Amino acid sequence: MEIQRYVPTQLRPARQMRADLQQIEQASSLDGVGELRSVGEVSLYGPGEKAELLDLYRQMYLIRRFEEACAENYSKGNIRGFLHLYIGQEAVAVGVMSVLRPGDYVVTHYRDHGHALARGVDTNRAMAELFGRKTGLSKGKGGSMHLFDASKRFMGGHAIVGGQLPLAAGLSLSCTYKGTDDIAIVFFGDGAVNQGTFHETMNLAAVWKLPLLFFLENNFYGMGSAIGKVRAGGTDFYPMAESYGIESVLVDGMNVLEVREVMANAVGKMRAGGGPQFIEAKTFRYVGHSMADPARYRDDSELAEWMEKDPLKTFPSLLLARGAAVESDLEAQRESVHQEVSAAVRFSEGSAKPSPHEIFDDVYA
Amino acid sequence: MATMNVLEAVRDAMRLEMRRDPNVFILGEDVGARGGVFLATNGFVAEFGEQRVIDTPLAESSIVGIALGAAVSGMRPIAEIQFGDFIWPAINQLVGEAARARYGTAGQRNASMVVRVPHGGGVRGGLYHSQSVEALLAHTPGLKVVAPSTPYDAKGLLISAIRDDDPVVFLEHKRTYRLVRGEAPEGYYTEPIGRAEIKRRGEDLTVITYGLMLHYTLQAAEQVSESEGIEAEVIDLRTLRPLDVDTVIESVRRTSKALIVQEDTPVASIGSEVAAVIADRAFFDLDGPVRRVTPPDFPPMPYSPLQEAEYMPSPNKISYAIRQLIDL
Ligand SMILES: Cc1ncc(C[n+]2csc(CCOP(=O)(O)OP(=O)(O)O)c2C)c(N)n1
Ligand SMILES: [Mg+2]
Repeated sequence: MEIQRYVPTQLRPARQMRADLQQIEQASSLDGVGELRSVGEVSLYGPGEKAELLDLYRQMYLIRRFEEACAENYSKGNIRGFLHLYIGQEAVAVGVMSVLRPGDYVVTHYRDHGHALARGVDTNRAMAELFGRKTGLSKGKGGSMHLFDASKRFMGGHAIVGGQLPLAAGLSLSCTYKGTDDIAIVFFGDGAVNQGTFHETMNLAAVWKLPLLFFLENNFYGMGSAIGKVRAGGTDFYPMAESYGIESVLVDGMNVLEVREVMANAVGKMRAGGGPQFIEAKTFRYVGHSMADPARYRDDSELAEWMEKDPLKTFPSLLLARGAAVESDLEAQRESVHQEVSAAVRFSEGSAKPSPHEIFDDVYA
Repeated sequence: MATMNVLEAVRDAMRLEMRRDPNVFILGEDVGARGGVFLATNGFVAEFGEQRVIDTPLAESSIVGIALGAAVSGMRPIAEIQFGDFIWPAINQLVGEAARARYGTAGQRNASMVVRVPHGGGVRGGLYHSQSVEALLAHTPGLKVVAPSTPYDAKGLLISAIRDDDPVVFLEHKRTYRLVRGEAPEGYYTEPIGRAEIKRRGEDLTVITYGLMLHYTLQAAEQVSESEGIEAEVIDLRTLRPLDVDTVIESVRRTSKALIVQEDTPVASIGSEVAAVIADRAFFDLDGPVRRVTPPDFPPMPYSPLQEAEYMPSPNKISYAIRQLIDL
């Protein structure tokens, strides 16, 4: 059987993506994880590769389950305020983080649970933060939109749309200043592109050749606004990066392996001193903007179409088809995730509430 | 009279003015089909069309700047900022530009615009959905800053704000939107900008407040009246710039004691200004210090519910401060 090497870095229009996923399956070239040898009855993946692939599945499933648990606990009143779920976008965070190193900085916006978990932030402490408990990442002071874990160089969810971009540029500046080959990555949505800070930061990163990876999660809506209502240039953003002199690529955000490969390519160039990169992932949030949003502005059929590409369906199917896993492997991962998330909820319920006088802590250095 | 909540009052005022004056239009994020994050413009596209109820991209600086540009050409835009916390990207357009438009053109042009801003906390919004943003705005000459707390005032003051020829920042406390119901006339009426109102009569002390804190203060006033027979006079400032100094001074001269209650942090705040004015004009009528009830002087309101409660002034904290001042 002839093996076609799949080249994800070439720019492709979104509508071809599904075809491409099929093409990957047919071509039997799975990923950047290991050289593909052949596919037949017997899996030819080594145990290390299998474990890595299974872990990608586990992480995506962890995010999905974590978010579902958040929704449940929001209705129970354990989580309050404003809650934005990442359901549907899991393949992006997991694919991205799988190629980062511990020294890299991650900055994101308020839809931040998926990014935090994929970055390896402790599940218990993340959930406890949402519960507003003392054991939370920011001792309950930040809440859902402001997860922060400096030990993982997870430099926060930020809820002022666009506000996180210059901040990420500052982090990447410190990477070069200190002479490391660490990078910073900043996540933002299609809505954030309309803020001036986005354009300022793009220009600045290009001029200064900062190791800053602009990662656009294009889920086609900013709150209730479809892209077409607020942007004249269509739903593809990546071509605009070129006008700043930044190399850009479009990727299927429902395909964790493609995200991973595109990332590996971009990060490799950045570590070699190539300056900023721009990646646009097309993806979709299955639920409303926040818990308060019934998402009446979009069609059920649109959602259904995206759900057909659900990474939590397509990826395990791919693993099974490739012989990279058997059903019981997947089941074991799901089981361990259920336990992890239930444990996180129990941990949060059982954690002390921060005492009122602790509001006096950490005002000034 | 009709009974409505603060949100309905705001909606009513805008609808009436949109009907009356074709120069009035609305712009902001998701104000159109979605009707705004708080549904203040719910149903407006159906009645007024997309040309007058304009969905903007996510760009506050542009929203306010465009409103200003339209205003100096004679329009009467109403710009919506979804949360007070998101106004900072627009500050140059507001403080640097709109506030100076008339003065800088020697009166050739007015910035006849309203910027509506849901503000304040107590909604578990944490760092970025709870802020009090009034101090900087009220500090800025050229702007008017209105902060109603009842449906009656919200409607009458918003109609005035839309008709006003100067830039008006209209602060709507988001916690009052659905919480506070009250009577308001159905049709047109206006309440004057720059006029405070005595919301409760009393002779033992004057409590000066605005926004959500008015309601907490009224509760506190009832508590101390029932338990100790202390009768507090409660002034709702309603407008933070220009401040109605006369109403405050007249009351303080009668009661000889002043307490200021605000949700914003204390330093260089509305309360600072009120205290300074009292010291200047009613010093010899006072028989006690001017006291303030405010949150601690911290940057954000914490998310965790217990800590949020600790941070916010409450009826109990206010009644405690009233008793202290009376016992001095
Ligand atoms: C400066 C600012 N303006 C408005 C908002 C309110 N808001 C929060 S998220 C959002 C939409 C953002 O959409 P997008 O960037 O596409 O991200 P997504 O929610 O789709 O992940 C809006 C309008 C905000 N948080 N900050
Ligand atoms: Mg979006």
